[in-house]
Amino acid sequence: MKIVVAIKQVPDRDAPVRIDASGKWIEESGLQFAMNEPDAYALEEALRLKEAQGGEVIVLSAGPERVGTTIREALAKGADRAIHITADDLGTRDALGVAKLIAEAIKPESPDLILTGLQSEDLGLGQTGVILAELLNLPHASLILHVEATGTGLKVKRELEAGWFQEIELPTPAVLTIQSGGNKLRYATLMGIKKAKTKEFRAVSAADLGQSSAPTVTLGQIALPSKQRSTQILSGSAKEAAAALVEKLKFEARII
Amino acid sequence: MSAIFVILEENGGHISRISWEALAAGTALAEQTSLPLHAVVIGSSTEALAAEAAAKQVAAVIRIEHALLNAYTPDGWTSALHQFLTANPATYVIFPHTYQVRDYAPALAARMNQVLIGDVTGIAAGPVFTRQLLQGRLNGSYKHASDGPCFVSVQAGAFRADALAVGSASVTTFAPTIEPSQIRTKPGAPFRASAQTVDLSSAPLIVSVGRGIKEADNLPLVQDLAAALGAELAASRPICDNGWLPMERQVGSSGQTVAPKLYLAVGISGAIQHLVGMKASQCIVAINKDPDAPIFEVADYGIVGDLFEVVPALTEAIKSAK
Ligand SMILES: Cc1cc2nc3c(=O)[nH]c(=O)nc-3n(C[C@H](O)[C@H](O)[C@H](O)COP(=O)(O)OP(=O)(O)OC[C@H]3O[C@@H](n4cnc5c(N)ncnc54)[C@H](O)[C@@H]3O)c2cc1C
Ligand SMILES: Nc1ncnc2c1ncn2[C@@H]1O[C@H](COP(=O)(O)O)[C@@H](O)[C@H]1O
Repeated sequence: MKIVVAIKQVPDRDAPVRIDASGKWIEESGLQFAMNEPDAYALEEALRLKEAQGGEVIVLSAGPERVGTTIREALAKGADRAIHITADDLGTRDALGVAKLIAEAIKPESPDLILTGLQSEDLGLGQTGVILAELLNLPHASLILHVEATGTGLKVKRELEAGWFQEIELPTPAVLTIQSGGNKLRYATLMGIKKAKTKEFRAVSAADLGQSSAPTVTLGQIALPSKQRSTQILSGSAKEAAAALVEKLKFEARII
Repeated sequence: MSAIFVILEENGGHISRISWEALAAGTALAEQTSLPLHAVVIGSSTEALAAEAAAKQVAAVIRIEHALLNAYTPDGWTSALHQFLTANPATYVIFPHTYQVRDYAPALAARMNQVLIGDVTGIAAGPVFTRQLLQGRLNGSYKHASDGPCFVSVQAGAFRADALAVGSASVTTFAPTIEPSQIRTKPGAPFRASAQTVDLSSAPLIVSVGRGIKEADNLPLVQDLAAALGAELAASRPICDNGWLPMERQVGSSGQTVAPKLYLAVGISGAIQHLVGMKASQCIVAINKDPDAPIFEVADYGIVGDLFEVVPALTEAIKSAK
């Protein structure tokens, strides 16, 4: 099975967020970046399918130069080759604009399966995979925890709300958006990191893919959210704050 | 004439609560734009749902009905709504942000060369739509910049369903053309994983742990705190994804919904999917090293600090207070 996995590089979860001078995005200088978490699960699912069925895993990522480190990480974990769509202006494109780039890069590969994460941790659109399916005219299923090849197609386990699940059957080629938690993630081995350096790593520029339509949705300002409840912050040393909290819970909230 | 269409979803034979919230968002937009507000129900047998919707203050209710819409499929829903919206020009199409909407609305919008503004938490004059970025750490304001319909989905709890006025709207039916071959996925019946052995929903006190705990080996720290309080232990999704605690202890949109007297969140950032499962708690306490963590937006009491120092101190303080 030939599988393409779309992976996005996002700001590290623990990185401090500072709004930049434009007020439209965060200050990226000095930020740490990491692989979007559900994408790591999508990669894991792809690697397991390949181990069971044979085939090839191709990782694809759109973004500036820096996303190369995340692509290398995916190669070190076991992906066979990589496509980097180089673009410094992704922030000016909407979800459809980014998905069109990815779709153009995928088309010549004609994969049997395309996996994306269900949602990115920075923009949190939760749309790119579903739009890709529409652009490529392929069936899709979203929020998938587990994929099984049936010979004629796929049987997947989809997460529903509040602890419910559902099985869905669909033919290949198909697009699936992967939810986190379906598998245990592997680490890159030293051997894997070494081998990654010799793997095919192809760059294609957004301009070459020829996709730049005006966005239909634009992000204006970003801001810190406002508070819904007035939080009493208990300060002091850990010990003082703990003692103050016990007081509050005992005499103000009357819970303990 | 162009209109606002709100796409309502069914849950257990009735219009779901979040669908009414989407209708409330549509009502707000109708007031802002003076456009007529229409409610849409979809399925193979929608009479009862349409009657429920028609009892609200809307200009009209449309039933999109076809035998092949008996179970939800993204292909069926996308095709039916695409046909409907081609025949009935919309200025705004509003959805509840559910798992089902996430599954097809982005494709529907793309089919019409549009982009869904998803998971919206507020609508200001303009209209300007607010949605969360970076897992709730920031808000972004979005605008629609195209002639076509503007697709919007609204977050659970962001709009007030109880403010909807009653009415008696007319109901019409739209019959899309769908061939069986167009429906490429075969959905199975929903099922639950396994019998739940912990019922967090009845626990009066809950200590809940998030990724701030760093490693499974550190869990005894919060287990001790829970024991000192006599509380149940719960967790955010990554803790359960990693297999550190069983999934039945997960709180949030894909886990359990709880409303205890005390919810003590340790090293949890407060992403919306977590908040929807616990924000109705009577008293919320958060321990987090990041003063801007979204969990503090809903907390009554907060300690900004390193949980590895605060939690043991708190366990001691509780023990000596008892
Ligand atoms: C469709 C969907 C469904 C989902 N369902 C759920 C769900 O049901 N439940 C759920 O919880 N999530 C769910 N999620 C995931 C959710 O979006 C978040 O990713 C998740 O809740 C984050 O968990 P967390 O707060 O533990 O981790 P993080 O977001 O990584 O936060 C860790 C926090 O710990 C703090 N911290 C770190 N170190 C320390 C320290 N030493 N001392 C004090 N604080 C520290 C950090 O400041 C940070 O705020 C879902 C996501 C999607 C897309
Ligand atoms: N720039 C990108 N490069 C590669 N994959 C991406 C990119 N943006 C989004 N994706 C994929 O689409 C998924 C959903 O992203 P989003 O729609 O932004 O929430 C991600 O988890 C990735 O798998």
